[in-house]
Amino acid sequence: MSIAITTQIICFTVLSLVILIGALGVVLLESIVYSAFLLGGVFMSVAGLYLLLNASFVAAAQILVYVGAVNVLIIFAIMLVNKKEDLKPINDIKSRRIISTSICLTLLSLLIRVDLTNVWSLSSPQNSIGEESTIRIGEHLFSDYLLPFEVASVLLLMAMIGAIVLARRDVMSKDISTGLPVDQELIEKSSEPLLTNKN
Amino acid sequence: MEYGLDLEYSFNEFLKGFGLSSEIAHIIWLPLPMLLVLVAAVVGVLVTVWLERKISAAAQQRIGPEYAGALGVLQPIADGLKLLVKEDIIPAKADGILFTAGPILVLVPVILSWLIVPFGQNLLISNVGIGIFLWIALSSIQPIGLLMSGYASNNKYSLLGGLRAAAQSISYEIPLALSVLAIVLMTNSLSTIDIVNQQSGAGILSWNIWRQPVGFIVFWICALAECERLPFDLPEAEEELVAGYQTEYAGMKFALFYLGSYINLILSALLVSILYLGGWGFPIPVEIIAKFLNLPINSPFIQVFTASIGIVMTVLKAYLLVFIAILLRWTTPRVRIDQLLDLGWKFLLPISLANLLITAGLKLAFPQFFGG
Repeated sequence: MSIAITTQIICFTVLSLVILIGALGVVLLESIVYSAFLLGGVFMSVAGLYLLLNASFVAAAQILVYVGAVNVLIIFAIMLVNKKEDLKPINDIKSRRIISTSICLTLLSLLIRVDLTNVWSLSSPQNSIGEESTIRIGEHLFSDYLLPFEVASVLLLMAMIGAIVLARRDVMSKDISTGLPVDQELIEKSSEPLLTNKN
Repeated sequence: MEYGLDLEYSFNEFLKGFGLSSEIAHIIWLPLPMLLVLVAAVVGVLVTVWLERKISAAAQQRIGPEYAGALGVLQPIADGLKLLVKEDIIPAKADGILFTAGPILVLVPVILSWLIVPFGQNLLISNVGIGIFLWIALSSIQPIGLLMSGYASNNKYSLLGGLRAAAQSISYEIPLALSVLAIVLMTNSLSTIDIVNQQSGAGILSWNIWRQPVGFIVFWICALAECERLPFDLPEAEEELVAGYQTEYAGMKFALFYLGSYINLILSALLVSILYLGGWGFPIPVEIIAKFLNLPINSPFIQVFTASIGIVMTVLKAYLLVFIAILLRWTTPRVRIDQLLDLGWKFLLPISLANLLITAGLKLAFPQFFGG
């Protein structure tokens, strides 16, 4: 066994262990902050797996999008609202656990089926593209995957506008959740600098 | 363009002369450039700290450090030693694990990004295909470390500082990436080597700063904001937040933050010089000098000359930018947090988007000037 293959196997083992233990930690830990940080670790290890597969562009995109944007925003949101209160016990916890377990098992069986039926091996080692993958991804995005790409961007735009509408209550006359008229004075006050009111 | 010294090849050949296999030679070679770059980064930090002290003193009509070595050049080493022997304190109600992991998460991505900084045709650790994109991806990890240390300190100032750092970092990442994208569009490649080679045609005239003036300014502003340097050092605004996320840190953990911010500053300056100022290129192309001296381009003298001038030029350009950054820090007031976010989202983002669009149009219209 050559040194390169040994290194690969060691890296793969370490990364998979980190992913498995980290993912279990995300689900099982009581502290939501720890879960969020562990999620970032899991995302990074997945990027490491992509690197092992010679897909460096996908790995960098994984870090940029999932760690740099998604996970940072999750942590951001947790820290803005973290009140350290005890969660209320849920009454029908047993039936909920059964339902979620069955959903997870169904997904797992789907993944196992995909794993067994798909042909994973490349026809020849020359078919792996490696560094060329950036160009190939671009070509695919602007030819046969153009429609999904554009639909995804429209979806993101809709989500963004929705978030802005929810955050900026002053564009609506009624509060969305309670149906009460919005206190416009409070909004105007909050948009002014604090010092001007003290004069 | 495949001239220049290839140290790795010669080193491997040298080791093979002792009867070692090429794999073993490769493994012996691997840590050398990494160590070299790490040492270069740390020495660069020492120089920058000294420059910062001296230039700030000059800006405020003081003398600055004077007694530690000639002109106080040993002052940064004294600072470092002091931080090394200070007691390492973890506050009683802080979260020990996250408190320790935070500074590491801030420092490691910055050091990893040095992987792609070229000092010459073959003088970089690894010419990875995704090049500059790797830096953008790695620098997006940093806010997690800042949030982590802000949260773990169990201090409201730290938490606010960490949140501000994350918000600032996310806001300025987008115009930064868009202005890099305009360069990549002109180069047809993400690799830093290709980006520099594309600018090496006619010396100073072919540098990207003439073709991307708007991109250059946007990139420089965003790089300063990512480094949290003074016009944008809101995360540690001392009048409002004591020291932001660094408030509870002391000793070596504080030194990690300190080191990280200065390494990041040097890295940003190096990347600006690579993306916009021709990297290792001399203002006059080496081919013209070789012709003037009547030497072939492959002669050993010209090769050594090119390699050494490359390192000198890269470092010189980077330190010129560091000098500008230090001057900016000691002469400009801090912006407010709402001004900072307004600048990022309402000014830099549209401008960099327009810059990208115009670059794409110019590339189609004048392919010989803007890369075909």
